[in-house]
Amino acid sequence: MRHGRYRFLAWALLPALALHAVFVLSPYAQAFYLSLTDWTGVAGNAHFVGLSNYRRLASDSLFLDAVRNNATMLVVVPLATVALGLFLASMLHVGGRDGRSAVRGAGGYQIVYFFPQLLSLVVIAVLWGFVYNPTNGLLNGALRGIGLDGLARSWLAEPSVALWAVMAVLVWSSVGFYLVLFSAAIDGIPKELYEAALLDGAGPWATFWRLTLPLVRDTVQVAFVYLGIVALDGFAVVQVMTVGPGGPDGATEVIGLSLYRTAFTYGKFGYASAMGVALFFATLTLAVLALRAGRKERLELA
Amino acid sequence: MSPSPTRRSLLRTAFTAGVAAPLLSACVTAGSDDDPKSQSGAKSADNPFGVKDDVPLEVVAFKGGYGDEYTKKAATAYEQRFPAAKVDHKGIQKVGEALQPRFVANTPPDVVDNTGAGRLDLATLVGAGQVSDLAELLDAPAHDDPAVKVRDTLLPGVVDDGTFDGKCVTLNFTYTVWGLWYSKSLFAQRGWTYPRTWDEMLTLCESIKAAGIAPWTYQGKYPEYINDPLLSMAAKVGGPDLVKAVDNLQPNAWKADGLKAAAEAFAELAGKGYLMSGSEALSHTEAQAAWCQQKAAFIPCGSWLESEQKDVTPAGFDMVMGAVPARTGADKLPVAAVLAASSESFLVPSKAKNRAGGLEYLRILFGKKSASDFAKTANTLPSVGGALDGLTLSSGLGSVRDAVTAAGRNTFTYRFRTWYAPLAKAVDDATGELVNRRATPTEWADRIQKAADAIAKDSSVKKFTR
Repeated sequence: MRHGRYRFLAWALLPALALHAVFVLSPYAQAFYLSLTDWTGVAGNAHFVGLSNYRRLASDSLFLDAVRNNATMLVVVPLATVALGLFLASMLHVGGRDGRSAVRGAGGYQIVYFFPQLLSLVVIAVLWGFVYNPTNGLLNGALRGIGLDGLARSWLAEPSVALWAVMAVLVWSSVGFYLVLFSAAIDGIPKELYEAALLDGAGPWATFWRLTLPLVRDTVQVAFVYLGIVALDGFAVVQVMTVGPGGPDGATEVIGLSLYRTAFTYGKFGYASAMGVALFFATLTLAVLALRAGRKERLELA
Repeated sequence: MSPSPTRRSLLRTAFTAGVAAPLLSACVTAGSDDDPKSQSGAKSADNPFGVKDDVPLEVVAFKGGYGDEYTKKAATAYEQRFPAAKVDHKGIQKVGEALQPRFVANTPPDVVDNTGAGRLDLATLVGAGQVSDLAELLDAPAHDDPAVKVRDTLLPGVVDDGTFDGKCVTLNFTYTVWGLWYSKSLFAQRGWTYPRTWDEMLTLCESIKAAGIAPWTYQGKYPEYINDPLLSMAAKVGGPDLVKAVDNLQPNAWKADGLKAAAEAFAELAGKGYLMSGSEALSHTEAQAAWCQQKAAFIPCGSWLESEQKDVTPAGFDMVMGAVPARTGADKLPVAAVLAASSESFLVPSKAKNRAGGLEYLRILFGKKSASDFAKTANTLPSVGGALDGLTLSSGLGSVRDAVTAAGRNTFTYRFRTWYAPLAKAVDDATGELVNRRATPTEWADRIQKAADAIAKDSSVKKFTR
């Protein structure tokens, strides 16, 4: 009987495992191997070059720009998104007698905030490209409209603001999803806890820091991992929206863009694979660190 | 939500990947290196490559701004010539994506139009030995005039543009000339004359600015557009020697007087506020639209501009192209000299099954009749000489033809963009900084020279010389 069950399980799992091996594991493995070669991407042969592609990474100034920019994004994008998401989610739950019931129209707000999630990232990048247009863009138009002409600028063409303009788009595009995620987590907290807090005389501020935040911790932690991965990518938005792309002068270069250009414009798939492998380990390290840092005894809620 | 399984499975993936790498390593690079036997038959005067008429031919064309009608017409002509041969013609957009696996597997088509944003890097293809030498085609009699060799029907520079390591491996079908565009009617109405020297240009810019119009705009999102007039000006000052020194990655080539003078000219243009504000962040469509709305008087662009703008150009705008003004009175090239290069790159893969058929197809395509038909429908100058004879031309194309005629043999082109793509990127970035006044002309030259030196030193980059 047990044997039969395992055989059934094996047959059920096998197709999925095979697909995973062919379409996920094998490309990874090949990228690892290719990163040690000088493969051009257009011929069936490649020479083994050892670690020289990796040595080259360390002195490639554009790649280092990309690493620096991704590092900035890694700090700013998750923090800003989570902070905004938590803020908006708790605002949607503020005001009820039990300290967390939803404001009127909360559902409507959630839907509206979720809209960006429905658009493809490329569409978002194109739209924001129009918003940032220096002559007739929405942003400069609004600034000039309220008399702040001095603040209007060439958002994507000034090295000091271009990366921030890109990060703003990433935050805008993801905050809605995390708002919904955090709202659901807050809804999952038992009502009694809020009633107890209310009886103890906790204000909204204390309730948030002492009650809500500790109890949605796991969700926030996962959000950090996902957003970290988003911040290490950024390819689509940068490729579509920025000057160059990746400019001005490397100001918005990201690792994914360097990789793409190296492979498809420069015909150096071996070197591009080395960038990919480096990015893979960066993402892996981030995930492990983020999950480990957040490990704590978990609360069981009845 | 427990974090452990996620982490464990991530680590497991990494481990499996590490172990499995050597086993799977053969996958992408497993194509065999054998040369397939090219199928060809007896050669004769009207079948110079010995095409066997029962062998099928596969043509992959780029279906971009010019469409793929002209490549289809040539395919039909081929089928009429060899009725037993079936021509498989495909017009696609992402040429690189579609053909990369076929090159890797050594089963490429017989003719490839390697054009468009997604094309394969030509220097890489050449380095990998994937393209055949077209010498045989160049020395064959032209399709519509057997008394002339194909080589002699092409406009100046077309054979050079396709030459890598002394071998011509690709022929470009269209001929592009770069210059400064302006509206003839606007200039006539305001009494402005197109400047022949840079001093005249600066004086004119002053009056244009006084008239409330920005003198220049450019496609700031893609700084290579403003590179073209800058490098044209430098080539005129320094002559062909300067261009060669740059392309051959000679030490201090970018610090030559001509390049310095040109960089200073463009720094001055930016410094005096003659570039329309905001241009630096505009895409080519946005900048060109602003120019068509007469918000700016000049825009640098290649000869494709007129067809690209045909839907947004107001009636009576009459756009024309002028050659970049001379920087000094002692320029080595005349003021009429223009930056010209051919594009829409047709090649016959070295591993093509029907190589002879591929060459014959190109002989038909580069015939005068095919080129003339193309000029009529695409409103673009083809790289075949005399293709515009007897046609009525629009203002833009007419000015392009006049520019080519006025230049005569004095056309020039830089090859480093195709030879060393990373250097092209470094030049674009530096010029973007120069015209936004974040880099001085000296810093501009220094940083490009540094990039050029790095490529010269890099043993992994295949070098070309001219």
